[in-house]
Amino acid sequence: MSGKDTLINAQNLKKWFAIRTGFFRSLISSRQLFVRAVDGISFNIRKGEIFGLAGESGSGKTTTGRLLLKLVEPTGGKIFFEGEDITSLGGKQLKPLRRRMQVVFQDPYESLNARMTIQSIVEEPLVVQGLVGSGMQERVKTVLEDVQLTPPEEFLFRFPHELSGGQRQRVALARALVLQPEFIVADEPVSMLDVSIRAEILNLLVDLRNKYGTSFLYITHDLALARHICDRLAVMYLGKIVEMGDVDNVALQPLHPYTNALISAVPVPDPTSKRVEITLKGEIPSPINPPSGCRFHTRCPLYIGDICRTKEPQLIEVEKGHYVACHLHAK
Amino acid sequence: MALLDVENLKTYYYTLRGYVKAVDDVTFSVESGKATGLAGESGCGKTTVASSILRVLSPGGRIVGGKILYKGLDIAKLDEDVMREKIRWKEISIVFQGAMNALNPVYKISDQIVEAIRLHEPDVSRKDAYERGQKLFELVGIDPSRIDNYPHEFSGGMRQRAMIAMALASNPSILIADEPATALDVIVAAQVLKLLKTLKEKLNLGMILITHDLSIIAELCEYCAIMYGGKIVEYGDVVTIFKSPMHPYTQGLISTFPSINAKERMRMVSIPGSPPDLLNPPVGCRFHPRCKYALEICRKEEPKYLEVTKGHFVACHLATKT
Repeated sequence: MSGKDTLINAQNLKKWFAIRTGFFRSLISSRQLFVRAVDGISFNIRKGEIFGLAGESGSGKTTTGRLLLKLVEPTGGKIFFEGEDITSLGGKQLKPLRRRMQVVFQDPYESLNARMTIQSIVEEPLVVQGLVGSGMQERVKTVLEDVQLTPPEEFLFRFPHELSGGQRQRVALARALVLQPEFIVADEPVSMLDVSIRAEILNLLVDLRNKYGTSFLYITHDLALARHICDRLAVMYLGKIVEMGDVDNVALQPLHPYTNALISAVPVPDPTSKRVEITLKGEIPSPINPPSGCRFHTRCPLYIGDICRTKEPQLIEVEKGHYVACHLHAK
Repeated sequence: MALLDVENLKTYYYTLRGYVKAVDDVTFSVESGKATGLAGESGCGKTTVASSILRVLSPGGRIVGGKILYKGLDIAKLDEDVMREKIRWKEISIVFQGAMNALNPVYKISDQIVEAIRLHEPDVSRKDAYERGQKLFELVGIDPSRIDNYPHEFSGGMRQRAMIAMALASNPSILIADEPATALDVIVAAQVLKLLKTLKEKLNLGMILITHDLSIIAELCEYCAIMYGGKIVEYGDVVTIFKSPMHPYTQGLISTFPSINAKERMRMVSIPGSPPDLLNPPVGCRFHPRCKYALEICRKEEPKYLEVTKGHFVACHLATKT
């Protein structure tokens, strides 16, 4: 699955969070329970690509992002960054890596320190990485220009509370960009922003990718937006990738019944179009005790029989670059 | 005559720095069995319209002008006691934004529904109210046996349904839904919207749907009012608004919602700038600082809210000129 243009390669990545049980419960039952947030996923992100990760809440999107950044330790599997195994790196060894991978969080109202000026927020990564020098202020100014906070001089000494939500998210993006990373995880970067501004931020993401060739992992629950900014899209359900491929294929010819339902649930901004609705019953099951076999079988409208309940479908390539994990499409 | 006519409604919030003109001269109507959508960015006065209709404004807020005619009766000037006993919940009810967090975590849901019913209709016995609660649960698609659960045993979508059930407890004619699907997952949101749609048809409810998401309005509403800076800038039936929008703001807002079914990937469209400060709204048209077609007249004179074709109202100098 990995090639020369692969930046990130995840293989059978797992993250199980142990559930803390009380003293008395541990006397009764010695079984340790886990939340299987991410349960064996493999994918790669190419250089200069915007890779979308979509799914409902609790499907493991954010945990995947944090795993790639090594913000949480994986329970199993391997992560390669430009061919180098970074799975077991820790502490000091991670520091040079942090220069190459950065993150933008969901909520710009909470992810910026309210007591720091924009300048100190944006230059902090440089300070942490020991890149203090005469060029520092210049660098900060260039990045602010890159994220269209112009003129930068006007923003340097302001505080986050003086900025609007959209401007704050630009600052967060500038902070991620200042080290010129090769990879940025953008975790729902526009879900807290007003509709009129979110397009600006997303266009900025695309522009920066075009300018610097940065790869993005774009985590989102909004498929309509993902459709227009991602190059490839993976759909997650209960810690598994159920479908992955070029965004045109996944959005227009979804193969997995879950992807299909997810796409049909997105409201269409056109009062004259009558969409075919596949409304799923119920909600996403608990990741503590996921259904056997195909995890989607409890809600699947196209359930084909015992095989779905007993055997877990593998993610297979059904057409070039289009992967599906569903018995319907397994030969 | 429509079920609810809001005429030239003005609601201001008094602050130490002056009056915030949150709703400034808003006119629209709601018919039974039809839904009217109120759309706009945050801070454009959508929710204030809802709280004005129910007269549940936050401290400092006052209706300073206009009429709210419910079946011909001006409820803006109604006595507070009459309002509480006769109108609120019995005629007009609301599901607030983030309603799934509005349930009290330490009481059973049944107790909360019974309380709501008996508060508004004191002569209903506990038993009858409980049974009514079960029927309501069936109506909104939750197993009636779960009425004795506590809120934490419900998922977000079910809590939202329970709140809708509670809003329908006294058979209102109008239901106001404030951002009913925000904070819910795509599939759950679709389920809740479908529920609202069936309820509207089944109970012949007049509905006001407040949202920033135009695609929800396209799906659910018959009429649509686009608000900007405390004013309605465009109003009409939903097909007209989406197919031939005349106000530049409406056009901008519609283009910010990309369709998932688009054949090609598109570059996203935004409306640069931010909504006006309603303490000191811009002179002339409130949208002119962000409008790409702004003329000299837009900076000086406020555009009138005029009917351009039958039932299609626009407040824009460009629309009235041609």
